[in-house]
Amino acid sequence: MDQQPLPQHPQHLLLKPAQAVGIIGYGAYVPRYRLPASEVARIWTGGEGGTPIKEKSVPGVDEDVITMSIEASRNALKRAGIPAAALRAVWVGSESHPYAVKPTSTIVAEAIGVSPNTQAADWEFACKAGTEAVVAAMGLVGSKMAEYALAIGMDTAQGRPGDALEYTAGAGGAAFVIGPAEQSLAIIQAAYSYVTDTPDFWRRAYQKYPEHGQRFTGEPAYFEHITQSARTLMEANGTTPADYKYAVFHQPNTKFPQRVAGMLGFTKEQIAPGLLVPVIGNTYAGAALIGLTAILDIAEPGDRLLVSSFGSGAGSDTFDLLVTEAILERRDRATKTQEYITRRTVIDYATYARMRGKLVMK
Amino acid sequence: MEIPRHWRLKKQRYALVGEVCPHCEAKIFPPRDVCPECSREAKTEFQFSGRGEVYSYTTVYDPPAGYEEQAPYTVALVKLEEGPVITAQLTDLDGQPVQIGMPVEMVTRKLRNDGDERGLIVYGYKFRPRLERQVAN
Ligand SMILES: [Zn+2]
Repeated sequence: MDQQPLPQHPQHLLLKPAQAVGIIGYGAYVPRYRLPASEVARIWTGGEGGTPIKEKSVPGVDEDVITMSIEASRNALKRAGIPAAALRAVWVGSESHPYAVKPTSTIVAEAIGVSPNTQAADWEFACKAGTEAVVAAMGLVGSKMAEYALAIGMDTAQGRPGDALEYTAGAGGAAFVIGPAEQSLAIIQAAYSYVTDTPDFWRRAYQKYPEHGQRFTGEPAYFEHITQSARTLMEANGTTPADYKYAVFHQPNTKFPQRVAGMLGFTKEQIAPGLLVPVIGNTYAGAALIGLTAILDIAEPGDRLLVSSFGSGAGSDTFDLLVTEAILERRDRATKTQEYITRRTVIDYATYARMRGKLVMK
Repeated sequence: MEIPRHWRLKKQRYALVGEVCPHCEAKIFPPRDVCPECSREAKTEFQFSGRGEVYSYTTVYDPPAGYEEQAPYTVALVKLEEGPVITAQLTDLDGQPVQIGMPVEMVTRKLRNDGDERGLIVYGYKFRPRLERQVAN
């Protein structure tokens, strides 16, 4: 694909608030059940052919985006060390909000103790809804309208039985308390968003499972948007891949993030700690963000990080972060991402079908 | 439909918010505005830690309406770190044997649908085996 020429002054494209902001606290959540991709293959292809990941996370029967967001947010608040009532926004990005009408965010805000003096809203932009909420939180805090805001990316995605997406559609995500840079464990130095109208993936109202636009999912969608977004941010920032200790890209399967990292000039080592899709699946709005939490769990002060999300429809947000000294003391205050991943119970396809409501009972 | 009741109970049910007695420091759950220890007025809100241990338990195979989806499940008396003993469902057990004295922690989960799939989803506290941490809380 063609790299479009950048405008004369690409630094004007960067999203940088008047007051510098960053991540004060972060929290991840992954449910404990795992469905091996080999189980999906056993049912639908007789076990023939390769699988796009090793296994995916599956929520328990009593879990959904609301309960998972509550746990990730409690972890983020523990690390932030601020009272929940100090938050002025609770924003949840997801494509699997439990209600069609009734916000996820008000229930999360009530459960974690933020209500009633707060903004609350649900964000939708396929897999980019979580990072979109982060950008909005940067604006709210960076304009000094609020000292702290909570941005969440969380999903319990479903694929149609037998569809390619059924192998990978996982469950999980992360929550971030955004606040002033001087209190941050990672300063968000800049963000950039790249968005076009692209018909790669969609789900109409009242439909349970999504559709994908076959040849549109790869080149014109995922690769085009992430490379444009990451390249523009680096060009405007005057950075190259070598300036970043780690990078994380949206991960619908194992191959896409590996390939986009290679196209941009990042090494396998740079993306390894944030590449969680082989063991938890594609967590959609949570994918890039939970990858970031796994990196923050091991990063050192002074490390520079690059994060690029992707959402079908389509768009990509890229962030440039700088880890501070505060990480060392705060990351041990809550359950780490790898601890959630290691806590695992393997289930078979029949258990999965029951847990995910794929059996018709009446 | 019990919508007003769900709405009234949401704070204690979502997050284990109870009361502390200003006179004798007793921690109270569920909140009842009168201290069970000293019988004086106690209306100060108190956020429980959510940590406790299994005091007693039983497994439910024949669930009441609204809970069919989750059966069989285990209901326990949980003794909270702060004192009170409460009844709650255990979750994320998945086959592992429950033991008296087992350390558990509170999580907020779906309790049931109020009515069918068109009804309100009721959320509230449950307890799961305490997560093993590399670093203690
Ligand atoms: Zn008392």
